[in-house]
Amino acid sequence: MADTTATPTTMPAVGGGSGGQGGDGKLVETTLVKWHFLMGIAFLLVSMLAGLLYSMQFLQHYPLKGIAIFSPGRWRFVHTNGVAYGFIANVFLGMLHWVVPRLTLRPVASRALSYFIFFTWQGVLVATVVGLLLGEAQALEWGETPVWIDPVALLGLILVAINFFVPMMKTTGPMYVTMWYFMAAFVWTVLVYAMGNFLPEYHMNGVAAGAIGGLFIHDLVGLFVTPLGWGMMYYFVPIILRKPIWSHGLSLVGFWGLAFFYPLNGIHHFLYTPIPMFLQYGAVISTIAVELVVTTVIVNFFMTLRGSGDQLRTSIPIRWFYTGMVFYFTTCLQCAFQTTLTFQKIIHFTDWVVGHAHLVMFGVFGFWLLGLMVYLLPRVMGRDRWYSESLHEWHYWITAISMLIMFFDLTIAGLIQGYMWRDLAPWEETLRASAPFWLVRSISGTAMIFAQFIFAYNVLMTLIGKRAKQPAGEVSPASQEGYATA
Amino acid sequence: MLESKSGVFFIAGLLFFGIAFIVMGALPYTIYRGIPEESVSDLITKHGIVPEFVELAEKFPDRFQEYFGECDAKSFEAALRRGHRVYIGEGCWHCHSQFVRPISKESSRWGPVAHAREYNNELQRPVLFGTRRVGPDLSREAGRRSNDWHIAHFFKPTAVVPTSVMPEYAWFYDDDGLPNRDGMAIITYVQWLGSWIDEYPYYLGEGPKGAGDVEPVDLDAVE
Repeated sequence: MADTTATPTTMPAVGGGSGGQGGDGKLVETTLVKWHFLMGIAFLLVSMLAGLLYSMQFLQHYPLKGIAIFSPGRWRFVHTNGVAYGFIANVFLGMLHWVVPRLTLRPVASRALSYFIFFTWQGVLVATVVGLLLGEAQALEWGETPVWIDPVALLGLILVAINFFVPMMKTTGPMYVTMWYFMAAFVWTVLVYAMGNFLPEYHMNGVAAGAIGGLFIHDLVGLFVTPLGWGMMYYFVPIILRKPIWSHGLSLVGFWGLAFFYPLNGIHHFLYTPIPMFLQYGAVISTIAVELVVTTVIVNFFMTLRGSGDQLRTSIPIRWFYTGMVFYFTTCLQCAFQTTLTFQKIIHFTDWVVGHAHLVMFGVFGFWLLGLMVYLLPRVMGRDRWYSESLHEWHYWITAISMLIMFFDLTIAGLIQGYMWRDLAPWEETLRASAPFWLVRSISGTAMIFAQFIFAYNVLMTLIGKRAKQPAGEVSPASQEGYATA
Repeated sequence: MLESKSGVFFIAGLLFFGIAFIVMGALPYTIYRGIPEESVSDLITKHGIVPEFVELAEKFPDRFQEYFGECDAKSFEAALRRGHRVYIGEGCWHCHSQFVRPISKESSRWGPVAHAREYNNELQRPVLFGTRRVGPDLSREAGRRSNDWHIAHFFKPTAVVPTSVMPEYAWFYDDDGLPNRDGMAIITYVQWLGSWIDEYPYYLGEGPKGAGDVEPVDLDAVE
């Protein structure tokens, strides 16, 4: 439906070609992109509401007490898995269906396969949620998916890789930066998922399985979400800013540094465990190395922005992207410190880590994906503009501010908990001290969810083709340029 | 090579991941391969049945008989496995760790520092180290509190610990308010965690059963 409209499919330089509409097939299956995005938004809302529900338990006011399928612990599974596999994976899949055909100038291997993956993936997600709510989780963070789903999910990931590898392999010569990240991510995701979901369950046990578990939870962020996210940045930032990335050399450093150091980090999740100490030191050092690599990437992107800083004001997607990058640098810097044994003494097991996790998953990758959808949704829905520009402002500012509040709130709470524990305060006292921070967490979370509903409303109204009344002059031409360039 | 398909696929995708997996995954595996994995029945043979399980059988003879049968090694094994499954399915491990670190006076609060040996068994598959402590560490919980305490606590934690943020597990109980199969299983599991440990720190007067007459440690003297 979307392909018949005036929505432009050409992109300057990087996208290549005049939309590449060849033969019977379209280059980009925009309907599929749209549905991946819409499902991603749906899962984002569900997952965030699950998180809010769970956080009510910390206020001693859980609304659905005493009902097994509303067990707070089970809804925590839904929160984390829903965000990772429902929101992030769905939106990434939509993004890949847009970017890969444009970069390779070839459609994906099979459009039927794409739709098959889409429906299978939603089925896997629903089955996961149902399985988790029935209490069939596995004891591996982000690998809680019930055992009978693991092989299906792995098969799905392999199919995704094949579907995108076919157009990628047909290209010749050196690849663009985005393709390095995507290609590596496809390989890594399959390997990481297989490693994390099968080894600790069936082949390893005890401390050795703990090391694998650490690799899994870290690699899922570092080798699935991060490379897809950065590949996306290397594609969309130059397009929107209409200029190339500042330094190709730094792009090389960033990719290869990440590829080498990131997979070595996993054990830093389990410092001071019976895992051999020299491996713990190795994980700490490579984590700090990652921070150095990250700095080169951030420098590269901010030098790219140099001279176009006004876009932060006028282009909502660029604003989301660069806010995410600031948060990315923040979390990575934080990580370089918190991974040291000194910091671990205090902050491990505390809410500090929870704050860190939220800043990474939502503050960085969530923000990037929201920016992506602001940029692409009108195009894939066949609209030339959004229902409302001002709702984007509300969405951005409420989300960003509440994200910051939640981050600082949980970080401070973590420090207080850590020091109280070290000082052997009675456990009950540490709970009393944490209570106000948990309240602030729930409030900031509510604001965050509210903002996403604003976004969802904007999407819905754009989808059904409405337009809000805009006061004259409120929308600058540059802002329009950010969405639907003619 | 750095920008080619084969370079990215083989070096970044496979080789670097492989190196990391060998160093950070396969290496600890080979180091600990010498510690054989113990099955649940091995553990029971080695450490016996915890007295709290026997107490459950004595206190609730009818329902115990119905849910677990005779109180023996076989029913203890069944209860442990079920309790372990409930522990995982309810996400207990998201808020309760199962390892004591050698720092931050943790051994004063929880007990002896975790040892690799303790984790090479079937009930640590996958390992339950945990990454967050909203509630206390549970790896040395056995016998620290009575069955009665746990029965009240799982039903309504705030009745026992007013500041507690632990959920209420009403579905661990039959209609008459006494623990059902899952309730008895989770209590058995928790009362088993760390039952192989000889010594407790008696932090704030809490210790294994029968330790009530032991003086609490002088906290200022610790470390």
